[in-house]
Amino acid sequence: MLTLKRAAGRAVATAAGIAGTAHASLQKDAFWNLPSGVTSLSREEYGLHMMAFWVVVVIGVLVFGTMFYSLFAHRRSRHPTPSNFHENTTVEVIWTIIPFLILVGMAIPAAATLIHAYDTRNADLTIKVTGVQWKWEYAYPEQGLQFVSGLDAASTRAAPLDSGVDPSSVPDYLRGVDHPMVVPVGEKIRLLITSADVDHGWWVEDLGVKKNAYPGFINEAWFKADRIGTYRGQCTVLCGYGHGYMPIVVKVVSQQDFKGWAAQMKHDGFGYTPSASELAAVTSDSDAGARTRAPVAPASTPAPATSAAGD
Amino acid sequence: MVYADTHDHAHGGHGPATGIMRWITTTNHKDLGTLYLWFSMIMFFIGGLFSLVIRAELYEPGLQFVTPGFYNEMVTLHALVMIFGGIMPAFTGLANWMVPMMVGAPDMALPRVNNWGFWILPFAFTLMLSSLFLPGGAPQSGWTLYPPVVLQTGPSLPFVIFAIHLMGISSITGAINVVVTILNLRAPGMTLMKMPMFVWSWLVTGYLLIAVMPALAGAVTMLLTDKYFGTSFFNPAGGGDPVLFEHVFWFFGHPEVYIMILPAFGIISAIIPTFSRKPLFGYSSMVYAIAAIAFLSFIVWAHHMFADGLPLPAEMFFMFSTMLIAVPTGVKIFNWIATMWRGSLTFETPMLFAVAFVFLFSIGGFSGLMMALAPVDFQYHNTYFIVAHFHYVLVPGALFAIIAAIYYWIPKWTGTMYNETLGKIHFWLSAIFINVVFFPQHFLGLAGMPRRIPDYAIQFTDLNKISTIGAFVFFASQFIFIYNILRCALFRKGMAKASARVWDGARGLEWTVPSPAPYHTFEDPPEVDDHEVPWLEHSAT
Ligand SMILES: [Cu+2]
Ligand SMILES: [Cu+2]
Repeated sequence: MLTLKRAAGRAVATAAGIAGTAHASLQKDAFWNLPSGVTSLSREEYGLHMMAFWVVVVIGVLVFGTMFYSLFAHRRSRHPTPSNFHENTTVEVIWTIIPFLILVGMAIPAAATLIHAYDTRNADLTIKVTGVQWKWEYAYPEQGLQFVSGLDAASTRAAPLDSGVDPSSVPDYLRGVDHPMVVPVGEKIRLLITSADVDHGWWVEDLGVKKNAYPGFINEAWFKADRIGTYRGQCTVLCGYGHGYMPIVVKVVSQQDFKGWAAQMKHDGFGYTPSASELAAVTSDSDAGARTRAPVAPASTPAPATSAAGD
Repeated sequence: MVYADTHDHAHGGHGPATGIMRWITTTNHKDLGTLYLWFSMIMFFIGGLFSLVIRAELYEPGLQFVTPGFYNEMVTLHALVMIFGGIMPAFTGLANWMVPMMVGAPDMALPRVNNWGFWILPFAFTLMLSSLFLPGGAPQSGWTLYPPVVLQTGPSLPFVIFAIHLMGISSITGAINVVVTILNLRAPGMTLMKMPMFVWSWLVTGYLLIAVMPALAGAVTMLLTDKYFGTSFFNPAGGGDPVLFEHVFWFFGHPEVYIMILPAFGIISAIIPTFSRKPLFGYSSMVYAIAAIAFLSFIVWAHHMFADGLPLPAEMFFMFSTMLIAVPTGVKIFNWIATMWRGSLTFETPMLFAVAFVFLFSIGGFSGLMMALAPVDFQYHNTYFIVAHFHYVLVPGALFAIIAAIYYWIPKWTGTMYNETLGKIHFWLSAIFINVVFFPQHFLGLAGMPRRIPDYAIQFTDLNKISTIGAFVFFASQFIFIYNILRCALFRKGMAKASARVWDGARGLEWTVPSPAPYHTFEDPPEVDDHEVPWLEHSAT
């Protein structure tokens, strides 16, 4: 129950406005609910979520209030003679139309957010994301950077059956990687998401992005983080043995730090030379955020699953 | 002709054969109903054990009991066993028992097909469960069997695919049988709008099954040819598309959701009027609501695919159509509550489960409405929020309705009353602990825990512990239920005998025959007395 208490304590601290370094551990703050996140999209999603939540709470209170009142007041010991009514057209029309109107009221803002989420145009930076059993590959064609992002060493050591390592002693257990994705704050990042083998799903809750990765197809998503910090997520499509061991870490840094990080990565040997067609694909705004067929599909049916981080 | 056949036969005056051959060769709808129900009970037990493996592993972070591979196999088989072995055969069993008695028919229209449809199932599930013992184990793809990952399965894949084919054949024969029985064998005077709501719900369910089981069979056959015969339906390297599978699968999969809940609606619509001592409110709107839900179920499938990157207009269409389902579903909930309103309520075990159904199924409906909003589903999709949602509609939804039905009709089947005290204990343990299992999972999902993972980050520990404890207590409480059933079914001596009507508020033809119902009922078609169809009388408040 320790974590629970800590979470409750943290909630109180937040309410009192003294959670100074909250941005470093957003996910832990949002223990009972969606985080509102750090992008306009995640905040819109959070707003819709809370609107839908309060709508169903109000409906629930009214409907179940009526039901429980009836269970109490119309039980046989209090109400021995049942009525016999079993139809009332007016009432039936009303309780068909009112829910419909509520739905229309919810659908309009949801449609607006959906359009917003699909608008991947005018990106400042494009990153290629490729799911591979069971790691993520990130490529920055404009920076000429390419690297693999896998579960970090501490988690890899603690994860297997009978590892002898207590997971709670591992910082960010199953949520840490060796090489995080790094992006500059305040810039519109477009992700081109694909897979080299089976379906995967790229999800970072605080960024409000979840998109599936398919072999042979490219999906698009975007985010524009407005706060510096580290945001964590996981693969969300069951992709075989190591599915639980495919974390995602996105570090949002200042423009300057981003440049420094890119230089350092080049220096560390993660540089590559993107092809002209790749660069062209990255800089074009051809399509409205939906899935398209990749120019080159992965060669063959994938090999059988063998071992994984958790093994 | 089938009717005449059975009719003549019955006048031969023979009862059931004795011994094991009675059950193997039977064409009697009551025997087959019993077989289906026992079969589903065994499958619920097996599927429940699989879920306990999952919950035990998730009790705390780190792996304690199983490898990630075996965990994935449990995820796949738990769902397949519960859906195709538990829920669906239970509803078919209830239809077998009740539909002929409710419409005044002597038996199902196609008795031999009925026998075949049942006896396919043990073979199907032997094939499916044998996959656990084959090299490489069962598929690690989840029950949705998405390619390409499912194609990485070892030699067990064709076993599972053939098992699904067999289950499909069984479901379709069962569905055809129910539909033909309802359309052709109703007693004179049993017009469509006099049929009990359970019969209506099964008529619509039957059509849904006939329409969508072939889609599932097609999808898994394409998997088979992709793996073994070099086709590329889902292989992008050959011009295929993995998302095609998702479309075909969910074209089956969403109506399947209603296949698993419409008969439950029918059961609840039978039980609430009985214990409210009042006719069902809004009978015809109930029928129209079922029909509307069934129609909509065909045009909402891609709400399972909001994160797939569908074109924006498709995303919009499926969001709006999905939201619309809330309207007819709301009508059903309001009608049930209006049925209770100013009734004279008592709370025997079937009614307790029915009331819990209305309450807890609605919670599943509420989260369903929330995730219909496509942009928010980007956050909910494939998290524990979804797991909580569909378990709320399937366990305190479909399963509670099945349990309620068994308590409600078992006095009619066995002639013996179940033990009410044990029934109430079973109810309270089930109703409380099912919420202990699944309510915390809403929070886990919102806080960021994906579904189908064997291990998790430390911040998810407490809620997972609560959920696991709930699962073990819920599972254990079901043995009270099994004991209560066994008492009625096997040890009838010295126990309270049930009257023909059983419940003073019960209406319908099944209550006009003695308890236990004779081996052959309605050899001569009954008169449909207005007393049994109270919703046709004019309201008098
Ligand atoms: Cu995965
Ligand atoms: Cu659906």
